[in-house]
Amino acid sequence: MTDVAQLKIWRGAHRETGRFETYEVPFEPGQSVLDGLRWLRVHRDPTLAIRFSCINANACKECVIELDGKAVYACTARLEAREMTLTPLTNKPLVRDLVTEIAPPSERSSG
Amino acid sequence: MSSEPMQAKTDVLVIGAGGAGMYAAIEAARAGCRVLLIDRSLIGRGGATVMAQMTVAVALGAEEPDHWSHHFDDTVRAGRGLCDKVLARLLCEEGPECIGEMDAWGVGWARKDGRIAQITAPGHDRARCAYVDFINTGPAVSKTLRSVINRTGVIRKAGDLCVVDLIVVDGEVAGALALQLSSGAPVVIAAKATILATGGLTRLYQRNSASANMGGDGYALALRAGAELIDMEFVQFFPIGHLAPRLIGMDPIMWDPFRYKLGGRLLNGAMQEFTSRYGSDESGRYILTRDLATYAIMKEVEAGRGSPHGGAYLSFQHCSKHELQAAFGPVVDRLAANNIDLTKTAVEVAPIAHYHMGGVRVDAQMQTRVPGLFAAGEVVGGANGANRLSGNAITEALVFGRRAGRTAAARAGVMRSQPLGSEGRQPTLALIDGDSSGREACNAGELMQNMQRVMWNDVGPFRTKEKLSRALATFNDMTRQLGELPPNGRHAFDLPRLDWLDLRNMQLVARAVAQAALQRTESRGAHQREDFPALSAEWEINQLAYLSGDALHVLSSPLVTSEVTR
Repeated sequence: MTDVAQLKIWRGAHRETGRFETYEVPFEPGQSVLDGLRWLRVHRDPTLAIRFSCINANACKECVIELDGKAVYACTARLEAREMTLTPLTNKPLVRDLVTEIAPPSERSSG
Repeated sequence: MSSEPMQAKTDVLVIGAGGAGMYAAIEAARAGCRVLLIDRSLIGRGGATVMAQMTVAVALGAEEPDHWSHHFDDTVRAGRGLCDKVLARLLCEEGPECIGEMDAWGVGWARKDGRIAQITAPGHDRARCAYVDFINTGPAVSKTLRSVINRTGVIRKAGDLCVVDLIVVDGEVAGALALQLSSGAPVVIAAKATILATGGLTRLYQRNSASANMGGDGYALALRAGAELIDMEFVQFFPIGHLAPRLIGMDPIMWDPFRYKLGGRLLNGAMQEFTSRYGSDESGRYILTRDLATYAIMKEVEAGRGSPHGGAYLSFQHCSKHELQAAFGPVVDRLAANNIDLTKTAVEVAPIAHYHMGGVRVDAQMQTRVPGLFAAGEVVGGANGANRLSGNAITEALVFGRRAGRTAAARAGVMRSQPLGSEGRQPTLALIDGDSSGREACNAGELMQNMQRVMWNDVGPFRTKEKLSRALATFNDMTRQLGELPPNGRHAFDLPRLDWLDLRNMQLVARAVAQAALQRTESRGAHQREDFPALSAEWEINQLAYLSGDALHVLSSPLVTSEVTR
């Protein structure tokens, strides 16, 4: 019962010089986009930058990214057997790849 | 190697912004200290507290008459003779104050007729467990503490800071060296007192209810700074972690509160009750303690009577739609979004690593044996002995956090700030931003998966000499494969480097757990040896782990036996 999602992921450390890379991710129905990203880090590219803590509970609220241009939590958005475009939040400072500065300025270690 | 690292200075440094760390920061700030609260994740989001969906055990006497000494008796009984009674007493005696303060801060404990509602969780002799509906205890506690911290206005906060090593000057902890994840740069933090509030180690296991930052880093930091760990062999496996169908947006331990409320039935693959075969007939009530329930489920699976995915069924089909709606509230809709209708189907559950009873050894003031280093919350060992009573984790976080904040502030108050020498710091700085390009990088992600598999299979709920020896050999191998330096140079959110730093800690902590488990030739509480299935009176002792150079030692030690007066 394995399907395949094409994850088209924005990569880079600067908005101007970033690029998209597309990966195929096998999944079972019900799995989350975060499951797919974690699979990619182990099996394809350990350098893919993503932010998450609680993995599954949707308690930490750290894994917020954009899916097809809409802000979602990667842990609750589901993988689908189609091309899914993943980009960092556009309204937050970029750190790298899918990671942005989502903490309020008073809780950041920089700036 | 780069230019001079960034510098920060504080009276009290708190590492970890879960329940214990946040309470410690508040308490130290109340005592007039400058406080810096840091976390490898975001402030107040990434620890275990925010994920706690269950209850908080505390002798409030709101539901029925109670006294801390009854809570203490239950805690010690659950700990199977190994509790540090000084710490257990502190937890039980000061719990009501902290829960009261949380109430005043607006956490929103569920109420019945105006008083705080309390229910009876397994192992408690009476209704003692407070909660926030619906399965919202941890998030409410986290949010409340974050608000209080923001209101104080004096606590400095910094997320994305991962501590790589504590700084030890003349045998005393004088701060920490950290990797700033958002930039990849090193940060030197000078502190008069440092509190470890980094949580437990459940990420070491393949099946866990942990967040990604529960990799036991506090234990490794403490060991390398010269502190002792106690009872590292006692890892609590939560018996009914969610197994199937795939359920997202929910913590895998979510089913427990509903078992309290509705008495969900545990059934084997043939949909038959089975816990009575293992010495406990629940008859619809929920009285089985965690270690016994884990044993029953795993033995049933081993005998070929498990559910399709290798666990047991949990069924609420005896409940009416109305009862389910009343108990689950909005959670019913979240389950529906996952195609789960409890009136029609049972879910599958199985044991998962949930909590660590062992940890950093401290006295009643949360002081480790290294001056300047304190600990609070799950990272502390001993209070819960060989098995933790349901509901004690949040209480412990709050009580120990408050105490650690107070003690650390007292030390900072009398200490002159000392210039922080830079000697001995180079090896850690090299780990943070040294250039190891040209060296073949190990695949840390793969090594980590391997470690989690070995911990689950060989250092899991059921242990033997053979399995534990095999695990230790694998961990030693892994330490060699890791090498001396992490991959890559400095850049933002460098996860391969972070994975490597995590593994550096995890292999050390895994060895401490496996070594202590190998030496304890009996079964007690959460530590079950298939080759030594009985509890042995001779083993009513603790084990202490410490580093001497690079060598890890685990030695037995008489119990902390201070008399407890009531």
